[in-house]
Amino acid sequence: MPSVSMTVNGKQVGGEVESRTLLVEFLRNQLGLTGTHVGCDTSQCGCCVVHVDGRSVKACTMLAVQAAGSQVTTIEGLARNGQLHPVQAAFREHHGLQCGFCTPGMIMSAVDLLQHNANPTEAEVREWLEGNLCRCTGYHNIVKAIMAAAADMSGHAKAAE
Amino acid sequence: MSERIVGGVHEARVHDSAHKHVTGAAVYVDDIPEPARTVQVHIGQSARAHARLVRMDLDAVRRAPGVVAVLTAADIPGVNDLSAVHAHDEPVFAVDKVMFAGQALFAVAAETRLQARRAAALAVVEYADLPPVLDTDTARAAGDLVWPIGRMQRGDAPAALARAPRRLQGRMTIGGQEHFYLEGMVALAVPGEDGDVLVHCSTQHPSEGQLLIAQVLGVPSHAVTVECRRMGGAFGGKETHANLFAAVAALVARATGRPAKCRLDRDDDMIMTGKRHDFTIDYEVGFDETGVIKAVAMDFASRCGWSADLSGPVNDRALFHADNCYFYENVRLACFPCRTNMVSATAFRGFGGPQGVVAAERVIEEVAFALGLDPLDVRKRNFYGRAERNLTPYHQAIEDNIIHELVEELERTSNYRARRDEIRAWNRTSRWQRRGLALTPVKFGISFTMTAYNQAGALLHVYRDGSIQLNHGGTEMGQGLYVKVAQVVAEELQVDIDRIRLTATNTSKVPNTSATAASSGSDLNGMAAQAAARTIKERLTAFAAARAQASAEEVVWLPGRIRVKGEEILFDKLVHDAYFARIQLSATGFYATPKIHWSREEGRGRPFYYYAYGAACSEVTVDTLTGEHRVDRVDILHDVGRSLNPAIDLGQVEGGFIQGMGWLTMEELWWDADGRLRTHAPSTYKIPCASDRPPVFNVRLMEGVANREPTIHRSKAVGEPPLMLAISVLHAISDAVASIADHKLPPRLDPPATPEKVLAAIERLRASDSGGAP
Repeated sequence: MPSVSMTVNGKQVGGEVESRTLLVEFLRNQLGLTGTHVGCDTSQCGCCVVHVDGRSVKACTMLAVQAAGSQVTTIEGLARNGQLHPVQAAFREHHGLQCGFCTPGMIMSAVDLLQHNANPTEAEVREWLEGNLCRCTGYHNIVKAIMAAAADMSGHAKAAE
Repeated sequence: MSERIVGGVHEARVHDSAHKHVTGAAVYVDDIPEPARTVQVHIGQSARAHARLVRMDLDAVRRAPGVVAVLTAADIPGVNDLSAVHAHDEPVFAVDKVMFAGQALFAVAAETRLQARRAAALAVVEYADLPPVLDTDTARAAGDLVWPIGRMQRGDAPAALARAPRRLQGRMTIGGQEHFYLEGMVALAVPGEDGDVLVHCSTQHPSEGQLLIAQVLGVPSHAVTVECRRMGGAFGGKETHANLFAAVAALVARATGRPAKCRLDRDDDMIMTGKRHDFTIDYEVGFDETGVIKAVAMDFASRCGWSADLSGPVNDRALFHADNCYFYENVRLACFPCRTNMVSATAFRGFGGPQGVVAAERVIEEVAFALGLDPLDVRKRNFYGRAERNLTPYHQAIEDNIIHELVEELERTSNYRARRDEIRAWNRTSRWQRRGLALTPVKFGISFTMTAYNQAGALLHVYRDGSIQLNHGGTEMGQGLYVKVAQVVAEELQVDIDRIRLTATNTSKVPNTSATAASSGSDLNGMAAQAAARTIKERLTAFAAARAQASAEEVVWLPGRIRVKGEEILFDKLVHDAYFARIQLSATGFYATPKIHWSREEGRGRPFYYYAYGAACSEVTVDTLTGEHRVDRVDILHDVGRSLNPAIDLGQVEGGFIQGMGWLTMEELWWDADGRLRTHAPSTYKIPCASDRPPVFNVRLMEGVANREPTIHRSKAVGEPPLMLAISVLHAISDAVASIADHKLPPRLDPPATPEKVLAAIERLRASDSGGAP
């Protein structure tokens, strides 16, 4: 079996995996990072979105060996020093969740959006989220949360200038 | 001292697991660390919809790499049946005959999931095909029903139809719906000593799971514990249909002595588990020239799939809601729960009720078109009266009618009349695009119509340090039940909500619970938890009074403390002292909904404790060249009584609406001629995504409308009713289509209003309007 090593949530990790092992299986089964969920097994629902080298990726559509040498961030690695990422805080405060199953993927997608489009319009948020399904909320509060997080983050950015 | 506790009732609190959800720390069944030696289970399925099982050779399966055990019906120590309604028509594993494509034949347990799946594919199964029954007309003609015909009647509908000034009849079909909970079915069974088994399961009904697992294993219920901390969505799909996977995991655990996990992948989940019932409805309506309905007759036939499951009560609930908000002077309703060779249709948010309401609104639309009236005027003309004209087809008098004022308020705040005129004018100038507007009401009956289910229990412990542990029979599927019930306990004991720890629903803590369903979760469990908290409160009050030589009335409960004879005692101190005085600090609570009763045989009773109301006004634009539509604006006004938690309730309204919109406009299940479901993944079955939500979405809870009945803090149930608000979208599309023929011809748009259906309706109207055949 090939061995693989990568950086996950800032920590160097490695292990032997079958070459067919998906990144999501490696994260969940070998590293115990179960915040990344499996919803549809077929790269459509977006529950398994993580960041690989800073970009959002559906972890069920990528092999673990393809992520070798990469920097991977999962939902567990988003908060820093016990402080929620602004997008996490906004999802919590604006009720952008119900059953919570889609939430980690939704947040990871949203964080990626805000990384390259700090002030998206509502329409841009909606279009970006087309690869993330939610069956509970009707997306209303999810979009609200992301807009609020964008405002919060650009406010902080301005204050820092 | 604070003058208000944090997290009492009526406060907009975030979901109790919100922090865990956003950090990935919330544990679903598949996230529980697997115990050592856990085996993975895959279920071998029937490839045919209807056939005799001639031969099943599983030797190759048994010899496959990694396989630990292969189980068939012959390996079931107890009863090979999972029927939740004692119809004895739902074997765990098929014997002699298969009844739908996807039916469980055997289970393979292997070291890995992939090994189990690969091994299952090696089974050699020989079938002798039988013709599959896939439609209601064939099933009705053969008299093959999964449940007896249900009837409700009042007055003399045939006579009233005959003498009505105007009379119309028609047939409509209403599509089914896949639940598409994001977390698929999953169970993890851990064997214990003495034949015990603990099953972690994503289920809405742990007690039923326990009962059926025990029956399958041939052990008493006390040997089986079912636990569920949370589900990643359920919507009715995990009411009875979680039982198969829990039972199979338990069987494997029992047979192998090893923990066993069964997690379905999405395609298997969609193929093997039930959906919302689709219906074919034949309707006839008699009315006068002003649009007042004189008589209605409707036959509801549904494709129930291979087994009874919950189809009897689902079909009944369609009849219970075939009136929606309207008084039928004379009415005759019947339901025909048809057996078809498909997966068994099951509970889904609304439980048949939405199909009844859709049919009622079709009848209204027919009357409106026949008379050239605004459908909203026809609706209002037929609303139940407050004190008269208030008897339902099942002879329950409606005592809490607020639909008049609710619809009037929404009509005003949505600016319905002016927008309608503007849209009509705009349509006259638009060649290819047409806009439509509709305002539809909802009335939904609250209570399980199976009266015995309307009971709940709770267990409350106060520990010596003043912390509180709360358990009740309701399950958390995202709807916010846990936080609402915790708010009730916080309010009762006047402590901050952070002091209360909610624990996973577990059959060994609170026994004999009902499904968390029928929107009843907080109504039932809130009352049970309140009763438990009151018991503790009374004991503490009596203790404090006796110690201060005061009467119980002199003990005043304040936030975080009590006051007695001028002295204030903190809750912690009170609990500490009570422990040393040997006061019991643990209590159970119980609740049974009063007033309700129902006789199916007589079609008469008071099945519902109360009703929840709502209305929505939707505007759409339809592209008449493609049949596609866009929802431009939605205004909703919904009644939840005095909300226990407005943030949670608004989320239910918004989510329910979008889910209903998916059902009525885009979600289409497709079985081929051989009875195989061909829409079994998100690639072929489309649920709403973020961009489908209307850009203008004004959602409000109606204010100043406490529940007339003494429900938990005068709140109302909210889980199911909002789904039906989306019927306004269907009718807005219909309104846009009707403009093709200048609103003279009814589009008769059957849901789901997919682009194909909308385009067909447009073409039909164009042909009729230009003098062609209708």
